[in-house]
Amino acid sequence: MKDIEYAAARSVDEAVGLLAARGDKARILAGGTDILVQLREGLRDADLIVDVKKIPELVGLSHDAKRGLRLGASTPCYRIYRDAKICAAYPALADAARIIGGWQIQSRASIGGNLCNSSPAADSIPALIAHDARCVIAGPSGRRTVPVAEFCTAPGRNVLARGELLVTLEFPPVGDGEGARYLRFIPRNEMDIAVVGAGVWVKLNAAKDTIAAARIGLAAVAPTPLPATEVGAWLAGKPATAATFAEAGDRARRLAKPISDMRSPAEYRLHIVGVLVTRALAGAVDRARGIVIGHSPNGQEH
Amino acid sequence: MVKKTHVSTTINGETAEFLCEPRQSLLEILRDTLELTGSKEGCNNGNCGACTVLMDGLPVNSCLVLAVEAEGATITTIEGIAEQAHLHPLQQCFLENAALQCGICTPGFIVAAKALLDRNPKPTEHDIRFELAGNLCRCTGYDKIVRAVQDAAAALEGKH
Amino acid sequence: MATKTSPDKKKTGKAADTTNGEPQAFKVIGTRPIRHDGVDKVTGRAIYGADVQMAGLVHGRILRSPHAHARIKAIDMSAAEKMPGVVAVVTGKDMPDLRDKMADLGEGTVNLAHLGANCLAHGKVLYKGQAVAAVAATSPHIAEEALKKIKVEYEPLPAVTWVLDAMKDDAPLLHDNVFTSEMGKLGKQPSNIAVHLHFEKGDVEKGFAEADVTIEREYKTASVHQGYIEPHVSTALWNHDCHLTIWTSTQGAFTARQQTAELLQIAISQVTVVPCEIGGGFGGKISVYLEPVAAILSRKCGRPVKMIMNRNEVFEGTGPTPGSFVRVKLGAKKDGRLVAGEAWLAYDAGAFPGGMIGPGCMCVFSCYDLPNARVDGYDVVLNKPKTAAYRAPGATQAAFACESVIDELAEKLGIDPIELRLKNAAREGTRRVDGPTYPRVGLVETLEAARNSDHWRSKLTGKNRGRGIACGYWFNIGLKSSAAANVNPDGTVTLVEGSTDIGGTRTSVAMQLAETLGIAAEDVHPQVGDTDSVGYTDVTGGSRVTFATGLAAYEVGLDIRRQMAARAAMLWECKPEEVTFADGVFRRGDKSTSFKELAGKMHQTGGAVVGRATVDPEGPSHGFGAHIADVEVDPDTGKVTVLRYTALQDAGRAIHPSYVEGQMQGGSVQGIGWALNEEYFYDDSGRMRNASYLDYRMPTAFDLPMIDTIIVEVPNPAHPYGVRGVGETPIVAPPAALAAAIYRAAGVRLRELPMAPHRVWTAKKMTNDEC
Repeated sequence: MKDIEYAAARSVDEAVGLLAARGDKARILAGGTDILVQLREGLRDADLIVDVKKIPELVGLSHDAKRGLRLGASTPCYRIYRDAKICAAYPALADAARIIGGWQIQSRASIGGNLCNSSPAADSIPALIAHDARCVIAGPSGRRTVPVAEFCTAPGRNVLARGELLVTLEFPPVGDGEGARYLRFIPRNEMDIAVVGAGVWVKLNAAKDTIAAARIGLAAVAPTPLPATEVGAWLAGKPATAATFAEAGDRARRLAKPISDMRSPAEYRLHIVGVLVTRALAGAVDRARGIVIGHSPNGQEH
Repeated sequence: MVKKTHVSTTINGETAEFLCEPRQSLLEILRDTLELTGSKEGCNNGNCGACTVLMDGLPVNSCLVLAVEAEGATITTIEGIAEQAHLHPLQQCFLENAALQCGICTPGFIVAAKALLDRNPKPTEHDIRFELAGNLCRCTGYDKIVRAVQDAAAALEGKH
Repeated sequence: MATKTSPDKKKTGKAADTTNGEPQAFKVIGTRPIRHDGVDKVTGRAIYGADVQMAGLVHGRILRSPHAHARIKAIDMSAAEKMPGVVAVVTGKDMPDLRDKMADLGEGTVNLAHLGANCLAHGKVLYKGQAVAAVAATSPHIAEEALKKIKVEYEPLPAVTWVLDAMKDDAPLLHDNVFTSEMGKLGKQPSNIAVHLHFEKGDVEKGFAEADVTIEREYKTASVHQGYIEPHVSTALWNHDCHLTIWTSTQGAFTARQQTAELLQIAISQVTVVPCEIGGGFGGKISVYLEPVAAILSRKCGRPVKMIMNRNEVFEGTGPTPGSFVRVKLGAKKDGRLVAGEAWLAYDAGAFPGGMIGPGCMCVFSCYDLPNARVDGYDVVLNKPKTAAYRAPGATQAAFACESVIDELAEKLGIDPIELRLKNAAREGTRRVDGPTYPRVGLVETLEAARNSDHWRSKLTGKNRGRGIACGYWFNIGLKSSAAANVNPDGTVTLVEGSTDIGGTRTSVAMQLAETLGIAAEDVHPQVGDTDSVGYTDVTGGSRVTFATGLAAYEVGLDIRRQMAARAAMLWECKPEEVTFADGVFRRGDKSTSFKELAGKMHQTGGAVVGRATVDPEGPSHGFGAHIADVEVDPDTGKVTVLRYTALQDAGRAIHPSYVEGQMQGGSVQGIGWALNEEYFYDDSGRMRNASYLDYRMPTAFDLPMIDTIIVEVPNPAHPYGVRGVGETPIVAPPAALAAAIYRAAGVRLRELPMAPHRVWTAKKMTNDEC
């Protein structure tokens, strides 16, 4: 790796100051599991890395049934899936956190880092879209909030401007009858990049037989993680049945524009979108009904 | 060249101080500066687990930790797993089960398995396979590694 | 998950009472002692190649070609040389000019010009990742930064990466001095086809004319890598007295020494190779890559130079095993008797000639007694890394084809796949298509054990599930091994042998010495010597170490027994031939002394006892295996899950059953990875796009069930303890066994590796569309 400077910021202001001064020659270090590999392989360039793990606001999570979840951007993944309350309230988020790399990666990697790396195949982003998370961004001119669905702009690129830093992710409170699921398809069962990822959130009616509202996010099917907004809207009012899930899968497939690469041919990706959306919907509905579901790698239980 | 940074850590129960360049990984410092060569480099990008160490009790790929980040951390490497004159039950069970062939992945597996058993003393086969998926072995087909971890769990349970 | 079988249950072969002149009631052989190097390897103390430290060490890195095929027009190193911390920069011009010099390396000959160009290119690069220049600097980071300052001017040329494309007349030509070698003659025009092999027995046309059923199919396999977890690493010190010492990770210290000496055109005695602990090889650590480069960097800077590849370099710059195209045709009578076979194999050799086509041709029909057969094989160069051996090199591709056709024949004839194989199984007296006639071999016993196994007899239930079986064969070679041992006064023995220990062979070799001397396995202290401290020993490869180096250890034991008997004779004032030895005790009349007691009197009876042996046994010892696989195929995604797996193999005699099982399990899983997901994925410009563990997709623990093993023991008549060797055979059967299982689970026959989810899904879709 080329010679580089390291600074551990103690506050958001300090981090913003360092990032603003160095512009695109400064890179944020959270868990480091992407940025260190990219710097080593010359995929990204930097003269300064700003470690943000020592900023209290960026580490940790606070959950409140009324206000929802605030997740520090550099909180390591393991803290999410080890927290029973978070797993119950934001299960798609927990699903994603549990399968980003292996345990060694999850000890370090963060959801904020996964988001800021802005890979089209990122596991957490479809889950964040499904949970309707919002990004709290600090910058030289103060703070702003951006929906996760609007955060990524191109492969590896996002809305963060010079000097800006993702501070927290905010999740709305969760009510009765809600459920969510993130599923990804990979040829192996672990340690792989999504061929397709699908995050789904549903809210059922009081009888729990009809979908009142739904949100779907997709990974690895477009240059950025894709909010399947039309499909979510279509689902509202539909019976929570296998036929509905399958049609939603079909509709999601029509939105996807995947590429062919070493991870999969495009035609296969397109097919898998349908399969995963169908399965993830079934899983989310089960959870909304209070059914505990298994952790088979590709959601084959459905 | 950027000035070297002074870092204070606790490694395998002892205070360890070193100077490092910011670009140097913890793995590099452990191996080349501190001569703790038990942690192995298999891929240098977090995909094989051969460099697994415990950092504040959590398993991490030491190739994906900058040495400067270790300031104030407590680190356990393979060299710190045995208890004084005795092998750790995991080490003993790896030997008895012939759970290693070339042995290059073994330190990483033992450290990761220790993290697993510290957290989950009675793992199922599924748990073991899932939690050790971040460690690659190319020689054994994993069968004997899984059995060694199962046996070590039983041995540790008997001990307590 | 598979049922757990206790290790004791796994031995099904009967131990013969006597074989091969040695009593076969064993004290040590067949037990499971803890390996001698075990403690060092579970505590992190073992010294592998990258763990070598020494004063004044500098770090070398290699600049590699970004093009799959290009002419090097100019290299400007001046900026790199000026960088602070850089101590040496070299290119291919710093190596001697070795135009078409051939060298015999024990396991075959090699063209040194090609080997040299594979270490540092000369004039042209033939694959992406080929070494072009190297830098040594005071830190690996500086060396890496310096590479960026070397300016190479390339003239890119068209590239070809698929074997059938490379064989076409209009394919880009890699070498203007490679001509097709065919029936002892060389072609007139330069060609990418380096060799055409042809084997024939009987009357093939007549055989097919007699067949009631004939099936002909085509198969493709992708290049796959050995995938050892330890990257290549070498440290060289070209001392000021001109002696070169190399500490390296190699499967053969002597072969590494010879290659390095030949490439640098220096005397073999000028080089010492110290084999470090080796983190896996599987055939990929025989050819040298870094050794000569580190040597010339060290010569230039006068300091020890350590070079470690990164993972990406291991994939792109070291040998994978060939991608292949194989066509197999088999004809059988209605009763299942095979009457004719024909095979056409094209294997890629990578950028330089000399791939695995020979063994591919010899293995394609090796499991069957075929009265009439013809095999044609082609060794083809193309713009991929030079191939290297990988566990039964060439056999897996061939077996995938032949065993898959056998499975289709069984279905078409309505015969159980094991019965069909048993009916035609190779046995003593069967002549293989390439000539040799088998001595006593164990395929029939292995198939019978498969038929009687819990796995085969159990019922597989559930939707989308299927079971398959396939056979595999590997020669298991002999070659040269040396060993020497010193008897210690406490009755233990220190053994020095020349085979680098990749998977516990120190112990399997030491156990044979212990058995011969009637002492405990723990009382032999084995170590692997460097090229100055032990006699010439060929590579750890060909499944030969437990067989051949074990034989050397046995001979060492006999030598020690002879010398110790003479000592006893001296004490008892009798003739040495009057002293007998059995069960670790020397006897004459009513006098007796244990080995240990007698060792204690060594110094009163003439000093040290040193046993030594060098052997060059006749190979091959013929390893046959059969694998049973149960899979489930996700009907929506085509993804294959292995539910249960059993590997059976004739080991001849299992010296240390745990490590025999380990070889069978490890080989099976490499075969499963090859079958399901692993591949070199190339883009149109000939660049590999998945040169990382992340995207290459080797199996993790979470992808597999337990791998059950059944060791069959049909002792090898050519070894005193019956050893056959076991390491390679287990990789051969898995792709065909899984393909057969997938067919029964999903109704589609996959004929291309890897059988990745998208391929299974596509095959299903095409079948459905046709219906």
